[in-house]
Amino acid sequence: MKGGLDLPVLRVALYEGRGARALEPAQRFELLQALLDKGYRVTRVTNGSGAAHSSDGTALAALGRFEDAQPEQAQDGETQVFIRNIEGLSAEQAVGLVEGIRSEAGLREPGGWKPWFPVIDYDRCTNCMQCLSFCLFDVYGASKEGKIQVQNQDNCKTDCPACSRVCPEVAILFPKYRHGPIHGGEIQADDLRREAMKVDISALLGGDIYQALRDRSAKAKSRFSKERDEDRALKERMRCLAKLQDDLDIPAEVFASLPTLEEIQAKAKSAQEKSTAVNGSGAKL
Amino acid sequence: MNEAANTAAPETRIVYCRCAYARVVPREVKDAVLESLSASNLDFDAAPDLCEMSARKDERLREIAAQPSATIVACYPRAVRWLFSGAGFPLDPEKVRILNMREEPAEAIVREILPLAETQQ
Ligand code: SF4
Ligand code: SF4
Repeated sequence: MKGGLDLPVLRVALYEGRGARALEPAQRFELLQALLDKGYRVTRVTNGSGAAHSSDGTALAALGRFEDAQPEQAQDGETQVFIRNIEGLSAEQAVGLVEGIRSEAGLREPGGWKPWFPVIDYDRCTNCMQCLSFCLFDVYGASKEGKIQVQNQDNCKTDCPACSRVCPEVAILFPKYRHGPIHGGEIQADDLRREAMKVDISALLGGDIYQALRDRSAKAKSRFSKERDEDRALKERMRCLAKLQDDLDIPAEVFASLPTLEEIQAKAKSAQEKSTAVNGSGAKL
Repeated sequence: MNEAANTAAPETRIVYCRCAYARVVPREVKDAVLESLSASNLDFDAAPDLCEMSARKDERLREIAAQPSATIVACYPRAVRWLFSGAGFPLDPEKVRILNMREEPAEAIVREILPLAETQQ
C-alpha cells in the first residue's frame, strides 16, 4: 500500500493505573488532542481493563506520571513497550518523546494519506459489477466467490466520488464525503428518485472529447463553416461537461481521466470473465 | 441516534474516532466529546481515523468487533458498520452502538457516554 500503510504503527497508552499519578485534566485533554491530530492511536488506561493490553505485534509507547523508576523498554507478548515518564512535560514535549520513539524504532510515520475510498453497503449492493467496470484505477476487485470488493483503497483518487454516481443501487459510500446519502446517511426517497435518473458519465464523454480537444486548434483555423459549427458544438459540449463536473462534484483531474466507453466495455468484459471463471454464472453487467 | 438502543452492558468498550484527516466532523463537537471523555474516569480507545484502520484491515477493529459490548463515537452508523465489514470484521448490531458526531450535538453524545462511567468504577 502507498504511504507504508502496511508497516507497523506505534500506539500510545496514557497510563494512569496503579503506580502512576493521574494526569491533570487539562494536560490529558491537550495531550490526547495533540497525539490524535498527529495520527497516533491512544488508549487511556486507569483500571487495567485490558484496553491497551492486546498483544497484536505493534509497538506501544506507555506514557505516565510514574511513581517509581521504570525500564525504558519491556516486552508484552509480541508487543514492544516503550515506557516514558511525562511528569512535568507539556503536551508538545510528550508528543516529541513519542515521535522520537517512532523514528528510533523505524515505525511508520502516521498521516500522509487522506483515507478516501469507497465503502460498499452490501445490504443494497446487487453485485452488478458496474463500479468495477467503471473504475480504471483497480480500486475494485472480485473475491474468490465472485463478490464485488474494494481491494485497493489507496488507488482511489482523493475527493472523487465518481463511482458512487455510477452505482445504480446507491450502495457506494464515501464516509468523508460532504453530502448524503454518499456520506453514509440514511437514504431518502428523493435520493432514490435522483439515482434513477442517473447520468452515464462515460457515455456522455463518449471517449472522443480529448482527441477532439487536441484537434481543436487546427479546426479553429479552418475557414469552412461546417468545421466552425463543429467547433461551436464542441464548445457547447465542453460547457455541459463543466456543468456536469460541478454537479457531480468530481475533481477536474479525475474528470479528465474518466474511462472511455471502449475502456468500460473492455473492463466489463474482463469482470464478467473473472466472475464466470469462478462461479460459472457471471456477473450481471 | 443508536444502532442498538438500550444496549446496557456492564463493561462497554468505548472507541472515539477523531476523523483527523478530514473536516467533516465539526471540530467543536469532536473536541467537546473528547474533553468530556478525558475528564471522566472512563478507559477508552481514541483512533485518529477509523477509515484508515479499515483500509489497513487493522487487527484492532477485529478486537472491537469481538467485544461483548462496544460504543463507537464516530459518524454515520451505516458508514461505520460497512467500514468494519469492508475490513473483514462485521459488527454485531446487538452488541455495538454507534454515536454520530456529524449529526448529533456534543451534549447528546456525552449524555449517552457518561452514564457508562458509573459502570466502570
Ligand atoms: S455498482 Fe453498486 S450495486 Fe453494482 S456491484 Fe458496485 S456497489 Fe454493488
Ligand atoms: S469513521 Fe467517520 S468519523 Fe471516523 S474517520 Fe471515517 S469518516 Fe471520519
